[in-house]
Amino acid sequence: MSDRIFGVVGLLLALLFAYSALLIEESFLSDVVGPKTFPLIIAAILGLSSIAIIMKPDAEPSWPRLVQFAEIIAAVVAMVLYAIFLPEVGFVIATAIVSAYLTWRLGTTPIGSIIVGISISLGIYVIFHLAFGLSLAKGPLGF
Amino acid sequence: METLSSLVDGFAIALTFQNLILALLGCFLGTVMGALPGLGPSNGVAILIPLAFSLGLGATPSLILLTSVYYGAMYGGRISSILLNIPGDAPALMTCLDGYPMALKGRGGEALALSGFASFIGSFLATWGLVLLAPQLVKIALMFGPAEYFALFVMAFATLGGVSSTNQSKSAFAAMLGLGLATVGVDTQTGVPRFSFGIVHFYDGIDFLVAIVGLFALSEVFIFIENRHGSADASGKKVELGRLTPSWKTFMGSVPSILRTSVVGFIAGVLPGAGASLGSFLSYSMEKRLLDKNGTFGKGDPRGVAAPEAGNNAAAGGALVPMLALGVPGSGTTAVLLAVLLALNITPGPLLFANNPDVVWGLIAALFIGNFLLLLLNIPFVGIFIRVLLVPPRILMPLVAMVSFVGIYGIAGSSFDLIVMVAFGIGGWVLRKLDVPLVPVILGILLGDNMENNLRRAITISDGDWTVLFHSPLAIALWTISIVGFILPIFVGRLMPKRVKKVNKTAQEETAN
Repeated sequence: MSDRIFGVVGLLLALLFAYSALLIEESFLSDVVGPKTFPLIIAAILGLSSIAIIMKPDAEPSWPRLVQFAEIIAAVVAMVLYAIFLPEVGFVIATAIVSAYLTWRLGTTPIGSIIVGISISLGIYVIFHLAFGLSLAKGPLGF
Repeated sequence: METLSSLVDGFAIALTFQNLILALLGCFLGTVMGALPGLGPSNGVAILIPLAFSLGLGATPSLILLTSVYYGAMYGGRISSILLNIPGDAPALMTCLDGYPMALKGRGGEALALSGFASFIGSFLATWGLVLLAPQLVKIALMFGPAEYFALFVMAFATLGGVSSTNQSKSAFAAMLGLGLATVGVDTQTGVPRFSFGIVHFYDGIDFLVAIVGLFALSEVFIFIENRHGSADASGKKVELGRLTPSWKTFMGSVPSILRTSVVGFIAGVLPGAGASLGSFLSYSMEKRLLDKNGTFGKGDPRGVAAPEAGNNAAAGGALVPMLALGVPGSGTTAVLLAVLLALNITPGPLLFANNPDVVWGLIAALFIGNFLLLLLNIPFVGIFIRVLLVPPRILMPLVAMVSFVGIYGIAGSSFDLIVMVAFGIGGWVLRKLDVPLVPVILGILLGDNMENNLRRAITISDGDWTVLFHSPLAIALWTISIVGFILPIFVGRLMPKRVKKVNKTAQEETAN
């Protein structure tokens, strides 16, 4: 069933891709092939392989249970928030919080997580920033 | 002769202090990454790319660092296979079969040393193979026009799925997904924006480094979060190492196997789409068929440890041949190395040998040096890496995630790219769940522009005649290989039999427990 849904999504993606390829504005300086042809070939093969997946699906993969699924979503949310707030909060604080969260969810004890989070953050800061000179996000506090 | 003098020049480049330090650092980090379950050569190299760039290294030093990581990871994978029965990376899977039983018998140290020697010989011979074969392939590649190049790219995609994937339609899907992503951004030939949906960030296209780190490194983190591997601390199952050198008799008994499997592995590596996993699989099954008269294979036969290790290390060297000579990688890790070259503004392929001989030969010389360093690191100092294995995934995985973020932020410097990377991470997780291979996606993103440009150039030269794609005998040969390579696996079935999958399953359960 998963594969059939996947195939249908793939087919829709192919149609959408083909449709937006047709919307590409041609330049008057175009070469013989033009900017549309290659995307259209891709869309065609994408569609065909999606149909093949619908016709001949593989065995069902083992999907995570709802709880595990929520875990992953929560991790994604944490990472996206990290990406957004990194320039505002600064590298050391943001990284400590997110890595503490991740290691906690992977089974470290709460107090252990805080220690791991701070160590990962400071460790990366020392090695990558102080030793290698990589520019990391500077927050209002300067680190 | 010409080759040899180029090689000598290469050694002059590789033997500088900075490059030696980088090779040593790369070998060390690579072995660590290979040894850690969940980190393999491809994601290991992927998360270090941004570091190489932000250090401001030149082309040759960056490549030396990253290929040392690659060779190192091929060595390191065996350590956790032998000691924990968990393959450190996919190619080290076959090493579990005899390595772990040897460790259970108290011969773990011997197995580590023997497989270290086997890895060394495999890599050493394969690097010579690279020196001899790559220039010959370059001579052929110099005859390629745009039509032949287009056919070559088609061949790379058509044959890529055949070996590793279960389902050809899924590998075709993956390749098209990658190629489609490559078309995002301003069209290089006409200057019109494509598929950017008005988002300015997409005008430059999707940065392939962002995609690679997301797909390889972050998706691994999500897999761990899903399975909550937290309890899989290695400390629970300590095995006796025993002596750290194999007896002379054991060693000599394995030498014929090592030599045979080095050749097999090298060939498997050169072939498009095969790579190191197939190299080690073919090596093991060939030796088992040849030598297993008393049923000792699978119960701790030293030859069963030596064979797959020589095979996968030889394949790693072999896989560099098409990547350097043609610019078409045949495996996940060489695809990542291609990304490094592209990001450094170096176009691999025949012109690389003519225009940047210092890069090519410096790199090859560094591989020879790295191989000796690895032998040294992996025999007397193997204890360091065993201690590294004690780092539990619950600490390791957040570290991998954060290093990925740091690296991408270091080169891209925007929140937007970080979010795109997370999107690739979750996309990679879904694709892995659905058994869609990720390597064709990466390859598509990397080669898409080049493939399209060659197609358009070929058709433009012929003034709109599409049959030009099939005019030369060389092009016809490439198309034939593509078609056969794509269709054959559908009827023949997987080259890798189910048994490997089964071992993989047990290994996975091992990690989950």
